[in-house]
Amino acid sequence: MAIWVLRRLMQALLVVFAMTLIVFMAISFMGNPVDIMISPDADQADRAKAIAALGLDLPVWQQYLRFLGGAIQGEFGRSFVFNEPAIGLILSRMPATLELAVTATLLSIVIGLPLGLYAGLRPDTALAKILMGGSILGFSLPSFLIGLFLIAVFAVELQWLPSTGRGQTAPLFGIQWSFLTADGLRHLMLPALNLALYNIALIMRLTRAGVAETMQAEYIRFARAKGLTTRRIVFVHVLKSILIPIVTVIGMEFGITIALSVVTETVFAWPGMGKLMIDSIGVLDRPVIVAYLMISVLIFVLINFLVDIFYTVIDPRADLGAAE
Amino acid sequence: MKSVARMLALAGTVAMLGIGAAHAADKLTIGVRAAATSIDPHYHLLNPNKDLAAHMFDGLTAMDQNVHLKPSLAISWRLIDDQTWEFKLREGVKFHNGNAFTADDVAFTIDRVPNVANSPGSYAVYTKRIKSVEVVDDYTVRFTTDGVYPLLPIDLSMVFMLDRETHEGLGTEDFNSGKGAIGTGPYRFVSFQRGDRVELERNDDYWGGKPEWDEVTLRVISNDASRLAALLAGDVDIIDAVPTTDLERLRNEARVKMWDALSMRAIFLWIDHHQAEGATFVSGPNGEKFSENVLRNLKVRQALSMAINRDAIVERLMQGAAAPTGQFLPEGAFGYDPGISSPAFDAEGAKRLLAEAGYPDGLRITLHGPNDRYVNDSRIIQAIGQMWERIGVTTKVEPEPWSAYIGRMTRGDFSIGLLSVGTSTGEASNPLRSVFATTNPDKGLGASNYGGYSNPEMDVVVEKAMGTTDDAAREALLREATRLVMDDVAVVPLHIQKSFWASKPDLALEARRDESTRAMEVHRKK
Amino acid sequence: MNAGAVQDTASPMRNEEAQITDDSRPLVLAARVFVGSKVAMGALVLLLLLVFAALCAPWITPQDPYDLGQLDIMDGRLPPSSVGMSGLTYWLGTDDQGRDIFSGILHGLRISLGVGVGTALIAAIIGATLGLVAAFLGRRTDTVIMRVVDLQLSFPSVLVALMILAFLGKSVWNVVLALVIVEWAYYARTARGAAVAERRKEYIEAASCLAIPGWRILFFHLLPNCLPPLMVITTIQVARAISLEATLSFLGVGVPVTEPSLGLLIANGYQYMFSGQYWIIFFPGVALLLLIVSINLVGDRLRDILNPKGVS
Repeated sequence: MAIWVLRRLMQALLVVFAMTLIVFMAISFMGNPVDIMISPDADQADRAKAIAALGLDLPVWQQYLRFLGGAIQGEFGRSFVFNEPAIGLILSRMPATLELAVTATLLSIVIGLPLGLYAGLRPDTALAKILMGGSILGFSLPSFLIGLFLIAVFAVELQWLPSTGRGQTAPLFGIQWSFLTADGLRHLMLPALNLALYNIALIMRLTRAGVAETMQAEYIRFARAKGLTTRRIVFVHVLKSILIPIVTVIGMEFGITIALSVVTETVFAWPGMGKLMIDSIGVLDRPVIVAYLMISVLIFVLINFLVDIFYTVIDPRADLGAAE
Repeated sequence: MKSVARMLALAGTVAMLGIGAAHAADKLTIGVRAAATSIDPHYHLLNPNKDLAAHMFDGLTAMDQNVHLKPSLAISWRLIDDQTWEFKLREGVKFHNGNAFTADDVAFTIDRVPNVANSPGSYAVYTKRIKSVEVVDDYTVRFTTDGVYPLLPIDLSMVFMLDRETHEGLGTEDFNSGKGAIGTGPYRFVSFQRGDRVELERNDDYWGGKPEWDEVTLRVISNDASRLAALLAGDVDIIDAVPTTDLERLRNEARVKMWDALSMRAIFLWIDHHQAEGATFVSGPNGEKFSENVLRNLKVRQALSMAINRDAIVERLMQGAAAPTGQFLPEGAFGYDPGISSPAFDAEGAKRLLAEAGYPDGLRITLHGPNDRYVNDSRIIQAIGQMWERIGVTTKVEPEPWSAYIGRMTRGDFSIGLLSVGTSTGEASNPLRSVFATTNPDKGLGASNYGGYSNPEMDVVVEKAMGTTDDAAREALLREATRLVMDDVAVVPLHIQKSFWASKPDLALEARRDESTRAMEVHRKK
Repeated sequence: MNAGAVQDTASPMRNEEAQITDDSRPLVLAARVFVGSKVAMGALVLLLLLVFAALCAPWITPQDPYDLGQLDIMDGRLPPSSVGMSGLTYWLGTDDQGRDIFSGILHGLRISLGVGVGTALIAAIIGATLGLVAAFLGRRTDTVIMRVVDLQLSFPSVLVALMILAFLGKSVWNVVLALVIVEWAYYARTARGAAVAERRKEYIEAASCLAIPGWRILFFHLLPNCLPPLMVITTIQVARAISLEATLSFLGVGVPVTEPSLGLLIANGYQYMFSGQYWIIFFPGVALLLLIVSINLVGDRLRDILNPKGVS
């Protein structure tokens, strides 16, 4: 087990290294951030000075070596735009994205699982058919459109919920969270729902499929024959067997949810790291982009890791060694 | 879905209870398009940073709504000799921490500006002509400039004054944390959440009188539709950069009031004059390459300009949020020439000119431009494509994000591209020197001259203007230079942007011509 | 490990199965089952109509929306069934460039369908091959491929698209390329998951013992048995690719503006949401909805038929 963890860790580091190399080079060749950031009133000498101040006058390979040298000492570069450590900048924006993604994932489980169960157990009812048809809508329309639609209905017309922003926050473990205040929760509602729609649909369909399949299985028929109550069969046996694929998908989708939160954060002016990322791409703020990707790769590796551990917990037959 | 509905209904009830509180008496929330990147007023020269700094800090001089110079921390200034300016400072001005503002602080500030670490866009642009600063007494300061420099009072309006005692040795991070966020301005710093919001409170001891708002919040909502939705939902009181797509409807909307001002930003097409051989993105009607640069032919440039129906672009695409132009300054600006009108639209004439130039069968051109920079940028170049098609110029239109566009433009990748010049100084030498002057890094000329245009006759006139301290004589020279480049169709001017704001109906705004939004200029209607 | 990472299986076929006994040819059988569902038939007819309209767009639309010379901003933002300056009737109105929305939708369908199906297929081929190879060879190869997958999944599609745009310029093909780069990893993961589970089964061991060459086992034994979960994600990914392309357009890095896809039409119309000029966004939105819903309904049904026992 320890060896397995260690090996996974080494691989993760290699992945991060490869990623920094690719991104660093690609962004360097895309253009010079100084051209984007500098004032049109500046002349060539001002420009040269700014380029030198940011260390962009060196050949790219030297800049990369510099970055690596700093990375070894735990210094991952400073944002060109904010002149602050890139990692710190991202970590300061991470809670906002995390609480959005976690709320969205919870919403998708809380809504998707029961609806999926219902549709799986009563596949022939009209409601089940409507639900399954409706679930297709969840991944039909692009989320930026649904997001603005939600704002137009719930914020502009009905004025039930605030349109944009993060609202009031309260500290927990020294970090500001908005789910701890009533105002913060109200601000969280629409963007979380917007981000959750795709996953609600996905989990609904997975659950329905899993239930439908499991109900045909030998051991469930046997359990029925033995006279177990339907309730017990569904909530103990069926749920247990469909949990594996659902957990896998939730795990995999959680990372993707974070990546896709860029759009939701843009539409809802949510100050998360996705918005920071898109703004940084807009000005080629290389240190922030590289740091963001490093963190995001690590999050992915961590999630996969947790999912694998989870398998062994719910299904002892799963073998970690075989996973590699 | 039932549970969602219930949750929403619940949240809705909570929301309605909260509405009263959000409407607190003297609190102003401004929804802005672009984010400030720093509280340090000398770190990054960028419009949102200047706007924000103007709330907390003051310069020696300032620009009024019409981009005309007015006194601020200095009450008067005059030239002592050709190269020495003397500024008299306002007495009794206090920083937010109670320190007095004196001439020594001016010397400290001028010294600090070029030395801010890691600055991606230094304010030294405005101080580099100052050779030395002499503190005559507490309220008199003299600047010696490098050569004759009539623009110094204008430049100093962009330089925000700091306190030697408070700010000595402080870096940008100390400003962002609030420690160094101490100025002489009408509002005090409360908090800065990067890319999200800045919160300010009233400075009761402001030298210019008590500011109107207790609390001011600048909220960044970069998406146009979301920003408008935030106003309509009542979450913000006023927004800047109202999308032109909604102007027609908003004019008839009781929930909002509109404010506008003609800005100092001209939109134009730059043209490749540089390439001696065939321009990369111009070819014959069947794609054949030319051995010479067609765009160097004045008649071709005139034809391309004449083919554009500027009124149609302004009316149909901009929904009136611009004024057609034949130069790069709006009416009333220093150096604006009333003799130059917006080029008349004449498709037949353009066709004739093309034929006279030797291209009766037309041309093929690829037109580039940004898609996230100027108001309706990608829509404008598509419309120009339509108009050029009608004179026989087959046009391919390729807008891309600014970050990709500017990189390629700097490398000289394009033949014709959309660009703007926003004259922050409010007078014509600024665009003439950066966009039209022959590129000369040693003299700092032609830094934005992406087309490689060169007109020695105009260079001479501009240089002469820059050495002329008499305003009337200088303006005449600037007009002459403007006529020279415009007659030569060095670029194709399109229009001057209008800035739009929308507010709740009980507010009034003194709209600024420099695209900037300031809480000091938002008033509650009496 | 990730067996059936994205799976969605059949509701078991009840009475249809009993009816079909006279003909056992699988295709005929499948077709009959398909016809048995009214919803699926309706969706199929709709999908065929949409595909037909998309394919014939250049010949049946009143205007060529990609030819700037045929557009006129003076005809911009006209409401449905207005008559333009050239005498043309715009049944669904026009956008700000004076583009006939009806023509724009049909041409946009072409691009969106092409992007969606092209991306899904190319990504499926690349991803499934790599996933199968990873599962079959195991060890080093497996590790390398799966770590590249991790890397890819954590890479925001916007960044990939922007990089490609900066290096190769804007074109429909480059959008497909960007989407394939983003999407192949999903397939690789799913294929590997299914294949790992399959490899442990006896028939593969038996095949190995018989000294059948590896590539044969891979493509003739492993692949067919991993197809169901791959087909499952393919229908979802077609829809996802179309919607992702719209998102890229929304962020300014999608297909060229002068050749709008459905997604780009929507991203453009987005700015008109509050303008009262509803037709600029409403009709393209409805078209996209119909397209994706019909693809999914048909896909669901096909899956039910091809894979009655579900995915394990």
